[in-house]
Amino acid sequence: MFPGIVRSSSRHLPCRRSLMTVRDALNSAIDEEMAADPKVFVMGEEVGEYQGAYKVTKGLLQKYGPDRVLDTPITEAGFTGIGVGAAFQGLKPIVEFMTFNFAMQAIDHIINSAAKTYYMSGGQIAVPIVFRGPNGAAAGVGAQHSQCFAAWYGSCPGLKVVTPYSAEDARGLLKAAIRDPDPVVFLENELLYGENFPVSSQVRDPNFTLPIGKAKVEREGTDVTITAFSKMVGFALKAADELAKDGIKAEVINLRSIRPLDRETINASVRKTYRLVAVEEGWPQHGVCAEVCASVQEETFDYLDAPIERISGADIPMPYAANLERLALPQIEDIVRAAKRACYRSK
Amino acid sequence: MLDFPGAKAAFTSRMEFISPNAAEAVPCFRILDDLGRALDGSDIPEVDSSLAVKMYHTMVRLQTFDSIFYEAQRQGRISFYLTNIGEEALNVASAAALTKDDVVFPQYREHGVLMWRGFTLDEFANQCFSNEAGHGKGRQMPIHYGSEKLNYFTISSPIATQLPHAVGAAYGLKMDRKNACAVTYFGDGGSSEGDFHAACNFAAVLEAPVLFVCRNNGYAISTPACEQYKGDGIVVRGRGYGMTSIRVDGNDALAVFKAVSAARKLAVEQSKPVLIEAMTYRVGHHSTSDDSTKYRSGEEIAHWRSVRDPVLRFRRWLESNAWWSVEDEKELRGAARKEVISAMNQAEKKNKPPLSELFTDVYDTLPRNLLEQEATLRDTVSKNPPSLAPH
Repeated sequence: MFPGIVRSSSRHLPCRRSLMTVRDALNSAIDEEMAADPKVFVMGEEVGEYQGAYKVTKGLLQKYGPDRVLDTPITEAGFTGIGVGAAFQGLKPIVEFMTFNFAMQAIDHIINSAAKTYYMSGGQIAVPIVFRGPNGAAAGVGAQHSQCFAAWYGSCPGLKVVTPYSAEDARGLLKAAIRDPDPVVFLENELLYGENFPVSSQVRDPNFTLPIGKAKVEREGTDVTITAFSKMVGFALKAADELAKDGIKAEVINLRSIRPLDRETINASVRKTYRLVAVEEGWPQHGVCAEVCASVQEETFDYLDAPIERISGADIPMPYAANLERLALPQIEDIVRAAKRACYRSK
Repeated sequence: MLDFPGAKAAFTSRMEFISPNAAEAVPCFRILDDLGRALDGSDIPEVDSSLAVKMYHTMVRLQTFDSIFYEAQRQGRISFYLTNIGEEALNVASAAALTKDDVVFPQYREHGVLMWRGFTLDEFANQCFSNEAGHGKGRQMPIHYGSEKLNYFTISSPIATQLPHAVGAAYGLKMDRKNACAVTYFGDGGSSEGDFHAACNFAAVLEAPVLFVCRNNGYAISTPACEQYKGDGIVVRGRGYGMTSIRVDGNDALAVFKAVSAARKLAVEQSKPVLIEAMTYRVGHHSTSDDSTKYRSGEEIAHWRSVRDPVLRFRRWLESNAWWSVEDEKELRGAARKEVISAMNQAEKKNKPPLSELFTDVYDTLPRNLLEQEATLRDTVSKNPPSLAPH
């Protein structure tokens, strides 16, 4: 079998047996945590009979019954408030949003009821809840189905916000989120659900978790640091392959966690490479990259040999037409060009 | 017979629209008349003298606390206050009909429920003065009480958010097979929120043991009930959700006690939600940020404050049973006033919460960035004038 964790899915052709899709990673994580703890339950639209809008909760209703897998009426505000109330009472709900775009109808409960209650109650009422679902752009779904919420939730004290990329991330971070006594916003990506990643037997272990708040260096390098999260990690890795052909060794950091943000790993990397390209799919203003830039500027200013580059989505609601959508989102070439700019290799 | 998935009903060949309101409003259940006398044919609930006197004591203490702390805000001693005046019977009688295991999700005008459960005058005062003795660690604005021990969930300001919370908690109680229900309070205004709809619908669909207690006190800040809804109040909505409901005279302590007791039994034994619309009147201003004489007449307020005072009404019933006297009244009023003032003065003297409680409870464990922020803050404080030093 394969020894350890393979760093980049694009560089190996592992045996099929050790592959796992992100969807299966999420499904198995929820399944195992529900088996281990009777207080864990799932709620959301279409999660039960329909097996999940994206099949992430497939099989769970059959296995655990309708008491623990609740198909809810259509009211994000309603079922989010109910989930929070259940968490107040000591249960551990996993609330699924069909997409985080719809969670805006429930955002008062996520912020005012979930994020702030432990603090407001003087530490008396914990909220061990997980909010999960697809976030960011999919393909051809237009403005109201494509927004990235990482920056919004990432600014709120009281929340933890994680953004898995690989199957290993999905399993480890979701298990950690379910076990965490704090409210966790778990931002998935629809286009990653079907993607296969090699996983070790360690990752498949029912007690496998990843620490929330630690980034992962997906690929080591010496010339430029590229930070990314979720789907953009894949793009960053491909960009690194391109850059390698020109002799530029890029270090790719998978943030994994937006809040807490692993400033240490990011800054340690920039102290090694002296150059930074921060990548995200969402809007530029007040984005996650803005926080990454601020952190590096504050802590590692003297090491920087070039201004920090930010690559983000266009500052517009997402258009539908395929060509326009492609233009509105970061592409691998954009990351490559930014890295070269940072290395003074091109305009 | 109709066999559409959405409804099972008989057909009719007569096109008849259902009128917006029934010929008569849903009747309002009461046991005592306005002068505190049991109405003919009333079935008085089991309230013995000790329970009745305890309820009365709590109502008077609540009334006294409200009037003194309202004045304290006017004098600038606390930043904000909100009274329960006019709703003392509703608060206390409903609380008396519950057990300590029933979990309460209040809006904010239910201090009497917490007082009944055992929150002390000191605890109330400490919270209002946000001092270091307050278990709330100075985190919340005044009157935003909470007590895990007394099963009274910390008050959340946004209106009606507690309704779906209560349903979720009720679901938790049901899963744990507890002999308890969730009870949530809200006003006529709160019933307009989307959360009300979601909570009611969900509670019925999930079959959650929860009581929805609407304090219909006629006003939502300045919006009168006639501008809040066009239907027959909130009770009629119960049927729309497939939920048992009742309208009760919220100023009649006995009626409230009886209705809430029966509702609780139904909720716990059958795992069903119940909607109780308690008609009452908000005698005080919405809060210290409001002057209600701007939108209602002084005569109206005076009428409800005096002639329709629910505390006086209940007292009359106690007196008719020879359970209360003029001397008892004088003694209680004097003692209550003394106790409240003492609690207030002591709370005011205590220190505010220490800096060490600024960064705790954001998360289960203090994260590194907050430890760093605290260290930086302590450093700043130590290098600067004492006025910044929080002791």
